[in-house]
Amino acid sequence: MRKIVLITLVLISGVVFTARLFYLQVYDASSGSLAQNSAIKVMYDYPQRGYMFDRNNKLLVSNQPSYDVMVIPKDVKPLDTLEFCGLLKISKEEFKEILRKARVYSPRLPSVVLPQLNKADYASLSEKMYKYEGFYIQRRSLREYQVDHSANVMGYIAEVNNAIIENNPYYQMGELIGTAGVEKEYEDVLRGVKGVKYIQKDRFNRDIGPYKEGIFDTLPERGNDIQLTIDATLQKYGQELMIHKRGGIVAIEPATGEILALITAPSYDPSLLVGRDRSKNFTKLWYDTIGKPLYDRVLMGEYPPGSPFKALTALVGLHEHAIGVDDVIGCSGGFHFGRRVLKCHHRGPVAMVSGIAKSCNTYFCTVYKRIMDTYPTPQEGIDAWRKDLMSFGLGDFLGYDLPSGKRGNIPTSAYYNKIHKFPEHKWSSLATISNAIGQGEVLLTPMQMANFTAAIANRGYYYTPHIIKNIIGPDTIPQKFKEKNYTTVEPEYFEPVVEGMFQVYERGTAASIKVPGIEVCGKTGTAENFTKIDGKRVQLTDHSIFIAFAPKDNPKIAIAVFVENGYWGSRWAGRIAGLMIEKYLKGEITRTDMEKYVLQGSLEAEYAKQYSGQPFSINR
Amino acid sequence: MAAGKTYVRFDWLIIFMYIALVSMGWINIYSASLSDVAKGFFDFDQIYGKQMIWIGLSVIIIIFVLAIESKFYERFASFIYIISLISLVGLFVLGKTIAGSTSWYDFGGVSIQPSEFVKATTALALAKYVSDIQTNMKDLKNQIGALIIITLPAVLIILQPDPGSALIYAAFVFPLYREGLHGVYLLLGLFAVMLFVSTLAFGAVWVAVGVVLLTGILFYRNRRKRPSIIKYVLIAIGCIAFAFSVSYIFNNVFKQHHRDRFNIVLGKEVDARGIGYNTNQSEIAISNGGWLGKGWTQGTQTKGNFVPEQHTDYIFSTVGEEWGFLGSMVVVLLFVALITRIIFRAEKQKNQFGRVYGYSVAAILFLHFFVNIGMVTGIFPTVGIPLPFFSYGGSALWGFTILLFIFVKLDGANYHYA
Repeated sequence: MRKIVLITLVLISGVVFTARLFYLQVYDASSGSLAQNSAIKVMYDYPQRGYMFDRNNKLLVSNQPSYDVMVIPKDVKPLDTLEFCGLLKISKEEFKEILRKARVYSPRLPSVVLPQLNKADYASLSEKMYKYEGFYIQRRSLREYQVDHSANVMGYIAEVNNAIIENNPYYQMGELIGTAGVEKEYEDVLRGVKGVKYIQKDRFNRDIGPYKEGIFDTLPERGNDIQLTIDATLQKYGQELMIHKRGGIVAIEPATGEILALITAPSYDPSLLVGRDRSKNFTKLWYDTIGKPLYDRVLMGEYPPGSPFKALTALVGLHEHAIGVDDVIGCSGGFHFGRRVLKCHHRGPVAMVSGIAKSCNTYFCTVYKRIMDTYPTPQEGIDAWRKDLMSFGLGDFLGYDLPSGKRGNIPTSAYYNKIHKFPEHKWSSLATISNAIGQGEVLLTPMQMANFTAAIANRGYYYTPHIIKNIIGPDTIPQKFKEKNYTTVEPEYFEPVVEGMFQVYERGTAASIKVPGIEVCGKTGTAENFTKIDGKRVQLTDHSIFIAFAPKDNPKIAIAVFVENGYWGSRWAGRIAGLMIEKYLKGEITRTDMEKYVLQGSLEAEYAKQYSGQPFSINR
Repeated sequence: MAAGKTYVRFDWLIIFMYIALVSMGWINIYSASLSDVAKGFFDFDQIYGKQMIWIGLSVIIIIFVLAIESKFYERFASFIYIISLISLVGLFVLGKTIAGSTSWYDFGGVSIQPSEFVKATTALALAKYVSDIQTNMKDLKNQIGALIIITLPAVLIILQPDPGSALIYAAFVFPLYREGLHGVYLLLGLFAVMLFVSTLAFGAVWVAVGVVLLTGILFYRNRRKRPSIIKYVLIAIGCIAFAFSVSYIFNNVFKQHHRDRFNIVLGKEVDARGIGYNTNQSEIAISNGGWLGKGWTQGTQTKGNFVPEQHTDYIFSTVGEEWGFLGSMVVVLLFVALITRIIFRAEKQKNQFGRVYGYSVAAILFLHFFVNIGMVTGIFPTVGIPLPFFSYGGSALWGFTILLFIFVKLDGANYHYA
């Protein structure tokens, strides 16, 4: 016993120290990472964000330097708060709140005190920064827009929020990330990779040189430039045409699926969302709940398509063998079903070509009913019809490379079973007859309308619309944008429909807005729409809709135009479509009368009606 | 002199481990004290350069210690002891004060700390006293005699004041126990430490409540044996009185920085920027090491001088950061092996003097090792004592060298008789 007590204690302490060292060095090694190390300061070097060009290599957006005042709370020493706040041009209370939040986020990691100083502010501040320990100025790169349009396409960048930081360890407080449009979709391409420098500090927080001679340091990699499919000239022109109107224009090159123009109105100047006034301007745009400039109507707006949808009814009718091209249907001013009538502005017998040209409601209701009646039950009819329509990219997300969108709506049999309480109550094909003419439950986004127009122009297929033309550097455009999506409708059935759309201009509903020298195929649309005022359903002036492609053979452009409450199709949308096509194909406008009408026309009075609080009349 | 008598076999294992520890110590001192203005390994203005001089002088000291006839140490033990006590007393007149403690003589820029040498002289004196034919450790008179030999230098050192160094004199309880001191003293000591720690952690009042409850339960359990109630009450009162006097001493006699040092280890202070800074930084540095360490001179905490006193008392944190778990284990195992080897050799001694001295060396090295690494890894209060052979400092290195090599000499002479 006397011989072993000391030796036992020696061995025990050896075991205890082994366990303690194992715990500190191996088991609980969480404190070992470089970023958490109090002896290492991490400095970032931000690369230039990639530029954007249009399809003709016109520069859309580049960069400008910007300066953020940053703070590392644990390094802050007592300072002359009043003087510092004066320099930053913020109040003492704001300053204290910013510091408090920064400390909550992390005492050791940098937070933003004041973002996006311009060069002048930076110059006056930088010479006094040495006085304020714990604060420093971080250089970043901000967007500099070369154009005042296409804000909805390019999107914007914004400071990362906590959710992004938690999900993606690349980002740190105060860094910028694409939050809308192409900036968001191609964030990884445009962003580049920030450089990191690890700096060894001593216990007085002084830099004593690069950590391990900089072997862990990385250089920043510049973001890749990208070329968009949009045509800046067309985009600018379209935006001008849409002034004082609400709605949008989508133009697609049918042979490739490239989006030539994507215009929503009203829009805003992208430069508003850059610099120190960013948040003020953003708030203003955000709270404009009537004009909704941040709302991309062409991607997010789901509208009844109206008469352009008749072209699809015709195609599905031919595919389902419900009607022949030459089958003539008489029209007596409306489609009668039961005791009701779906009115038509036209009288006389029509076949397919003339039916499209004249936009005869009776003809298309008949075709629609025959499609349904090809199947034993209206349920099967609806689902077959739906399947054909979905092959045109309707009723679901199209898969384009922009981060916003809607499915639209192509109703299913299940939907009608539910609203008609099937099987207690039966419903017939006539219950859904409004679908024939693009009213009823059918909803499309303007983007989907432009896409099916492109499918018609291609006589049976479309390329998934896309905004990316080229990533300069690693030229990798997703394969899905290079593959044809075939519709269920056979190519030969497209010719009569194309001919009908051609006749729309020759002797149909758009004869008055013909574009000389170009063979345009189009289809007008006028869609009823309603709103709620004080809980009551009130009808508003019809939407003016137009789809077109040109030239008839080997089409170069397919376009959909949507003007909210613009009344009949050729009044606004048709004219705008014609001008856009001429501008794109010829580069100049021959129908200056039409241009002047559109440029000077305003629908503001129409839009004001529903907010006036007074009774108003529509469709005038 | 017969040929056989001059033949001396030293225990090379101990000597190799000594060389290994001193070399590793220097390598880590180099890293911990490296600065921009250093001019190579042999820059004697630098701390590591000075340590190299101390190591060189140690070699001369070793030669001296080994050259002296082993009988000399036994014969002159008391004389050497008294001289060393005088050197401690002399400090109060001639001493130099560094960091609040008057523990140093200044010889033209070179400071010598006598208390580092007194460990060895006390060990010699104790060995001489215990091995005396008339001494019996079961005898109270002899127990008090041994206590005086140990306490005299300890008290002089406390008065400097350097309570950390004085604590080491507790190590002498181990050789005494080995030589027949009743085991109850060891247990009493352990119980006193437990009471002491719980008083600081929970307060004297709660300890008193605990003691009353515990004796009550014990008395109830033993009631069949008709225990003497007075004995229980006396023991309880003794414990409570101890707790309250600890509390009184802690709050009224201890200085604030002593109290702080205890409070950190008991988890009462968590202010990483304040008094817990040393321990916290040391733990961070050690954690940084991981399995294999950051590599020599590559430790971030070491480079940034985050750990105060890193080249002296906190040298082990450099080992932890730069050599990792593996390197730390090598050092811990070397110490365990060295101390174990000394105990093993002490048991082999043919005379009691050698055995008591050997045990004293082992116990002193053990207490230094335990308190120092315990402190650096954050499981023991901050007590400023060096890690033997490792920490920077001439006095400490020489003190430990003399302590160890007297034993090597005694042991070597022993081989001859074997």
